[in-house]
Amino acid sequence: MRYLPNTDQDRRAMLAAIGAKDIGELFADIAEPTRLGRELNLPAPMAESQLRAHLGSLAAANATVNDYACFAGGGAYDHYIPSVIPHLIMRNEFYTAYTPYQPEVSQGTLQSIYEYQTMIAELTGMDVANASMYDGASAAAEAILLAMATNRRNQVVISRGVHPETRTVCKTYTAGQGVTFHEAALLADGTTDPASAATLVTDKTACLIVQYPNFLGVVEPLAELAKAAHEKGALFVVVANPISLALLRPPGEFGADVVCGEGQPLGLPLGFGGPYLGFFACLEKYQRRMAGRLSGMTVDTRGQRAFVLTLQTREQHIRREKATSNICSNEALCALAACVYMSVMGKQGLREVAAQCIQKAHYAYERITALPGFSPAFASPFWSEFVVRTPVPPAQLQSALFERKFLGPLDVGAFYPEYQGLAMFAVTERRTRAEIDALVSALEVIAR
Amino acid sequence: MAYPADYKYTKSHEYIKVEGNMGIVGLTNYAQDQLGDIVFVELPEVGGEVKQGEPFGVVESVKAVSDCYSPVGGKVVAVNDKLNDEPGTINADPHGAGWIMKVEIADKGEFANLMDVAAYQKHAEEEAKAGHH
Amino acid sequence: MNRLEPLIFELSAPGRTAYSLPELDVPSKDLSALLPPGAVREAPPELPEVSEVDVVRHFVRLSHLNHGVDVDFYPLGSCTMKYNPKINEDMANLPGFAHVHPYTPQEAVQGLLKLMYDLQRDLCEIGGMDRFTLQPAAGAHGEFAGLSIIRAYLVSMGQGHRNKVIIPDSGHGTNPATAVMNGCVMVEVKSDARGGVDLDALRAELDHNVAALMLTNPNTLGLADENIHIIARMVHQAGGLLYYDGANANGTLGWTRPGDMGFDVMHFNLHKTFATPHGGGGPGSGPVGVKERLAAFLPVPTVEFDGQRYFLDYNRPQSIGKVRSLYGNVGVAIKAYTYIREMGAAGLKRVTEDAVLNANYLMAELKKHYLLPYDRYCKHEFVLSGNWQKNRSGVRTLDISKRTLDFGMHPPTNYFPLIVDEAMMIEPTETESKETLDRYIRVLKEIDRETAEEPDKVKDSPHTTPVGRLDEITANRKPNLRWRKDG
Repeated sequence: MRYLPNTDQDRRAMLAAIGAKDIGELFADIAEPTRLGRELNLPAPMAESQLRAHLGSLAAANATVNDYACFAGGGAYDHYIPSVIPHLIMRNEFYTAYTPYQPEVSQGTLQSIYEYQTMIAELTGMDVANASMYDGASAAAEAILLAMATNRRNQVVISRGVHPETRTVCKTYTAGQGVTFHEAALLADGTTDPASAATLVTDKTACLIVQYPNFLGVVEPLAELAKAAHEKGALFVVVANPISLALLRPPGEFGADVVCGEGQPLGLPLGFGGPYLGFFACLEKYQRRMAGRLSGMTVDTRGQRAFVLTLQTREQHIRREKATSNICSNEALCALAACVYMSVMGKQGLREVAAQCIQKAHYAYERITALPGFSPAFASPFWSEFVVRTPVPPAQLQSALFERKFLGPLDVGAFYPEYQGLAMFAVTERRTRAEIDALVSALEVIAR
Repeated sequence: MAYPADYKYTKSHEYIKVEGNMGIVGLTNYAQDQLGDIVFVELPEVGGEVKQGEPFGVVESVKAVSDCYSPVGGKVVAVNDKLNDEPGTINADPHGAGWIMKVEIADKGEFANLMDVAAYQKHAEEEAKAGHH
Repeated sequence: MNRLEPLIFELSAPGRTAYSLPELDVPSKDLSALLPPGAVREAPPELPEVSEVDVVRHFVRLSHLNHGVDVDFYPLGSCTMKYNPKINEDMANLPGFAHVHPYTPQEAVQGLLKLMYDLQRDLCEIGGMDRFTLQPAAGAHGEFAGLSIIRAYLVSMGQGHRNKVIIPDSGHGTNPATAVMNGCVMVEVKSDARGGVDLDALRAELDHNVAALMLTNPNTLGLADENIHIIARMVHQAGGLLYYDGANANGTLGWTRPGDMGFDVMHFNLHKTFATPHGGGGPGSGPVGVKERLAAFLPVPTVEFDGQRYFLDYNRPQSIGKVRSLYGNVGVAIKAYTYIREMGAAGLKRVTEDAVLNANYLMAELKKHYLLPYDRYCKHEFVLSGNWQKNRSGVRTLDISKRTLDFGMHPPTNYFPLIVDEAMMIEPTETESKETLDRYIRVLKEIDRETAEEPDKVKDSPHTTPVGRLDEITANRKPNLRWRKDG
């Protein structure tokens, strides 16, 4: 077996050194009633060529964004991934290492995390960022835990504009801790109702959470919402799309206490939902309560600049039952991919991606809403995703488009019972004018 | 290790130096030695109440966290803000400049639960021998 | 100050670029026509301005400063740093898996759903469970999901008052943190002289408030608990459930199964047992398995098969909800699936046999030079103590580990489990040859000699690594967690 180097001779020599007569003797301590006593019932082993054929046929049974023009979003976006990224993150020294507990032989991981932390802090307009979390939804849940640990309150106000799955994850994460959730309503224009938020946020509220742009694509006016939170001593948590922040005023400038979100747009493949990347940034005053790993700059005994895991006493392996979170392994390689992505795109490139998204989305929006029967659902500014009312049920529209090699739009009614008949299109920089025009023609035909 | 003769001590390695109604509370030399270089101190709030035997603050070294337990009950009247910037003061001078809080002592009867220097010295030596951390 | 490698920001020069984007092919509008006043960012984020060559060289040079499994031996206990087969990476990167949007119509992702379904079934067989979910993204995440399931089950049985979680003193730090995140109270029970759970200590905690026992078996000493079936019976009789922390499952494959030991809920770490790479700290994957009576509480969606088609089932009213968005770290699951298909039943059993053989061989040779506190056959890992060396010359386990780096090898897990003084937790894994193990034995023997004859050489180590020991005190007192343009 090619991953198992021990030969029969090695095994005999090792057993002799141990003083065991056979391999079974090493398992004598497995309690008799718990022994398996038969072979596992698994399919027969395959050679590498057979694996390729088998996995290849499973892969061929899925529709990819290479074959379908992707207008689907809802938290996962089809951005272009530069070739450099897979080449670099597949360096063996990165992907076959583990958590950098031995900094002397982990400077590659530690320095790249430090660079990633800096980029996320820059993008969000916050002081500090951690090394990553599982995904955007669990990062939002961790923001609640941080808020609760900070102000010792146990109510949460969350905007209905936050991704429904994020809201579910937040509730599951805090179910054991007796947290009460209140949902701030959305106005007819798709933005969070500041009056609703202001009423719901009280001196028992740990934090107010909004999404930016929100699930419906709408760019929330953050200033008023921040005020609603801060007036009652609650933390203001913003779940943001990282690429949009190259163009939109960052939540840090509106007084956010925590900015987190889904990092998938930063160079990670769609991958049917994972692995993705939760990014998490906050003000310096919360850094000792922030969950997750942190890489800090320091010096070594030889006077060299170097990096090391810092503030580890926050974490479960030291603080155990008093830790804010149980997070241990995170999404380090995904954070590295994001770090390489932001390095490649750079100051100008990321802004250009964000600008192309907004331009192409508006081009698509104008053409689609000019079609008979299609109309804007919300009269609010948006960035790269927008919602329209459709003349045919969105699910039907979706299947008809799929037959014509388009993916999307999403059926908003499947996420929000109150928004039946609405469809949401995402348009990234990858979509071409020709694809958008073809989509518009297809919609015209389908709606006829 | 030497410990001031006029202080009182807890089993969990805090001391209290009594000045009239006031008590100055900190960690003993043994405690700081066990923790190693202290990197962060979470101070109690001035004006807050503390109870005997209950946690009032947290000290952290690079690889360890330890709660501090109050030797007496009472009201916190001052904290050593200097520790925010120089937590290592606890290592350098635990029984002096490295004090953590000043408490207005509610009930001197609680002193009955504390150790004098001889008893504490013995306690610390026994723990050291047993290899407790 | 000397700099091993500049920060990417320090390589930046205004106007330099590494990106490639097509010209905008739609009419360009002024941003002020698209966004309200004040909505546009004024100062751009300080991202680097570098060329593609700069990016490539920077990260390649950084990679040279790292140690990984592909570089040399990595016996980091409880982390199962086994070799990561390259075919797995190729399979996960197939466009038919990697470039699929999660909201693609289910009819058009039948290959992915079948793979997930079949992997769940394989994990059920390997773990002795009835149902699995792939949603949790890591081991600790699985623990959280699993304990949430137990809590939801207890509430449904009118046993919602049960909030006590029992954890042995040898347990992983994630266990107590998980219990508290779930609103439970953690109670620690001590280990007995043979390293197993002390049955009397356990019995004393088994009252009507017990929700669960969380256990790793083999435990973090690398020892199989010989009483596991008795422990399971005791906990069940008290009305509690058993949670299996799968961090050490590499010591069980094909020999014994958590389900047969009596566990009700478990997780596997795909990045440990099933050979998916650790990625410098993730992505991992922590699928959770349950017995039938707990299946209703699994997070949504579950992957189902109706005989014709595979589908995602969201309609599960008793579900705990979700612990992350979508369906889990599917890319990691594909690698684990490929691994299981390559190994087959006999192969997986051989994995555990060789992992256990390798560990016992190292243990037998190293106990001649280092204190072995629990001297009986281990499973996939074992724990030595550096106390002999410490008492002899004041050399600590940390020093021994740092000196190991000079020989090009990664040290074991240090100072864990907490119940062993100066602990060195060594897990060689099955993918290391006898030659590598012998080399490691020679290294540790040499370091032992050095601690007696030239202890300063060990205390001042490492000598040959890119950086020496770091000033962690300053890093913690004055944390510097980011670069700033103005310093």
